[in-house]
Amino acid sequence: MSARWLEPVATAGRAGLFTLQMLAAIRPSMKQAGETLRQAYLVGARSLIIIMICGFFVGMVLALQAINALAQFGAADQVSLLVGKSLFRELGPVLTALLFAGRAGTAIAAEIGLMKATGQIDAMELMAIDPVERVALPRFLAGLISVPLLTAMFSAMAILGAVVFAIGVMGLDAGVFWSKLQTGVRFGEDFMGGIWKSVAFGGLVSGTAAWYGFSARPTGAGVATATTNTVVISSVLVLVIDFIMTSFFT
Amino acid sequence: MRANYKVELAAGVFLLLGLGALLWLATQATDYGREVGREAYTVSARFTNVGDLRERAPVKIAGVPVGLVDEIEVDPVTFEAVVRLRIDQRFNDVPNDTSASILTSGVLGDRYVGLEPGGSPDALVDGDELLLTQSAVVLEQLISKFLFNAGGDKEEP
Amino acid sequence: MPLNDTPAIRLEDVVFRHGDRLILDGVSMTIPRGAIAAVMGPSGVGKTTILRLVSGQLRPESGRVLVNGEDVSAMNRKALYRMRENLGFLLQNGALFTDLTVFENVATPLREHRDLDEPAIADIVEARLDAVGLAGTGDLMPHELSGGMARRVALARAVVLDPAIVLFDEPMAGLDPIAVSTINALIRRTNDDLGLTSVVVTHDVVQMKKLADYCYILAEGRIAGEGPPAELAASDDPAVDQFMNGRMDGPIPFRYAGAAGS
Repeated sequence: MSARWLEPVATAGRAGLFTLQMLAAIRPSMKQAGETLRQAYLVGARSLIIIMICGFFVGMVLALQAINALAQFGAADQVSLLVGKSLFRELGPVLTALLFAGRAGTAIAAEIGLMKATGQIDAMELMAIDPVERVALPRFLAGLISVPLLTAMFSAMAILGAVVFAIGVMGLDAGVFWSKLQTGVRFGEDFMGGIWKSVAFGGLVSGTAAWYGFSARPTGAGVATATTNTVVISSVLVLVIDFIMTSFFT
Repeated sequence: MRANYKVELAAGVFLLLGLGALLWLATQATDYGREVGREAYTVSARFTNVGDLRERAPVKIAGVPVGLVDEIEVDPVTFEAVVRLRIDQRFNDVPNDTSASILTSGVLGDRYVGLEPGGSPDALVDGDELLLTQSAVVLEQLISKFLFNAGGDKEEP
Repeated sequence: MPLNDTPAIRLEDVVFRHGDRLILDGVSMTIPRGAIAAVMGPSGVGKTTILRLVSGQLRPESGRVLVNGEDVSAMNRKALYRMRENLGFLLQNGALFTDLTVFENVATPLREHRDLDEPAIADIVEARLDAVGLAGTGDLMPHELSGGMARRVALARAVVLDPAIVLFDEPMAGLDPIAVSTINALIRRTNDDLGLTSVVVTHDVVQMKKLADYCYILAEGRIAGEGPPAELAASDDPAVDQFMNGRMDGPIPFRYAGAAGS
């Protein structure tokens, strides 16, 4: 009765219901807020260092490539505009989300999967504690909060990287660099557009991770599959949603 | 409880760091606070040709940006281009006989609208129309005019 | 043994299927209040399934599961959660929360379902830990405990809300003989001190003879035999005899049921 080709549809349905279940469990309680903040720190701190390092080098390489390309048209002083726009609109949110998936997403999936394998999720259910509310929701919300912050730190480090390369190494004028950013990069479209994207990506990655953790088979191999799936599926989803958001909102 | 406090403290540091980065980027690396925001008034100007002037192009007085192009439409009756300009409220004392021209920054740069203030004692207010305008110089027209004139000059003597 | 009018747990002709495989094929049992009942049978026969039907995590295909006279399979989520507050469940291997201390593990159900201040919680938790012989271990993390100690902490956690019924899933599995005796004695003492009804799932015949008031033997999805342990040991039913005395030959097949006849 359950056809094989219908299985992906059913899986999508289960993931959707799981999301609704999480959203329905949101309450304005101090306990939930506290646990969300704790998780925001855990997933945020896990990714902070790697994201800052990557951000710095992405900024440097962007500046390098941009200066090389722009110098041909005698427009090397436009470098900050190009770096700023491409960072805020695309590279910042997308690369941060991908790094977050690899660092924090896998940790979330493995943690929940292991809790399932050792019966802790079961134990919660049997204590009349909703594990979706207690385990999945705080991690989901933490992703929603911390990914925009991580994106901001990524972009800040990338701007610094571009400053170091363009001004420090290539000797471009610092005043021109900043004034191009401050007149050319639009706060509404470029900056906030990227922030909204990163909120969406944060929820997407942490939600995917929680879902794979919860649907993991309760074995070692099951947990391993869950972490792999988290990285693969959330990375693909981030890029797909990025395309959809970019084409609809610009 | 001690360990818990440590985590809370670290969570606070992380959040502050993130918010700090957000704020720094917004104020230092975007046009936040510098864009022509809500504090602006709109005037319109008619041109026979706007060239490749685009929406959001800058409006300048004496070469300094004071606003931006909000909207470009074609009047369905006169077939002129109607360009609406948003000008920052700080520049609320621009004379109402100011003229507008569509200019190019550099030889092949972007188009912008340049305002040349007149001498009228009355200031422009929201909804006014600039009556003195000068359309964009289109390179092809310029070249063909030049070639035509040059050819004519040769035949005459 | 005090017998109330409504039995604590009652299964009426329960049928349960996992995929295409028939696990329970018309199982009925009645567990009176205050008793320690054992559900025994070879591995994979659906003993744990019975506990999960009672806790409402699984629902039967047909038949009824009654806890204190209320049909579990007809309960919505809210009613189910309310019922579970009155139901302790000791999972296989204890399933302690690995990121919480022993104290917090035992305190979790209290924090969740009782409106108590911190000193009151501390009093109850210490008393429960003391009752399982683990006073003063509150600050330890679960990975610092031996298997037997972890099982005892899990027992303290399972009864901290003073439930009327406690379900034990293989409480003795994987423990050394001394720990097994300790757990056994604790189950008996907790049951009698707190006036519980206990259901113990196990395949350990020797321990069950010592502990249980009443036994059900499950084989091939049906109740093969029931009665007090002493009676069962003397039973001449071939399936019961095979299991109680650990014989290889008998009506309980050696092979996986799904492969039979192929």
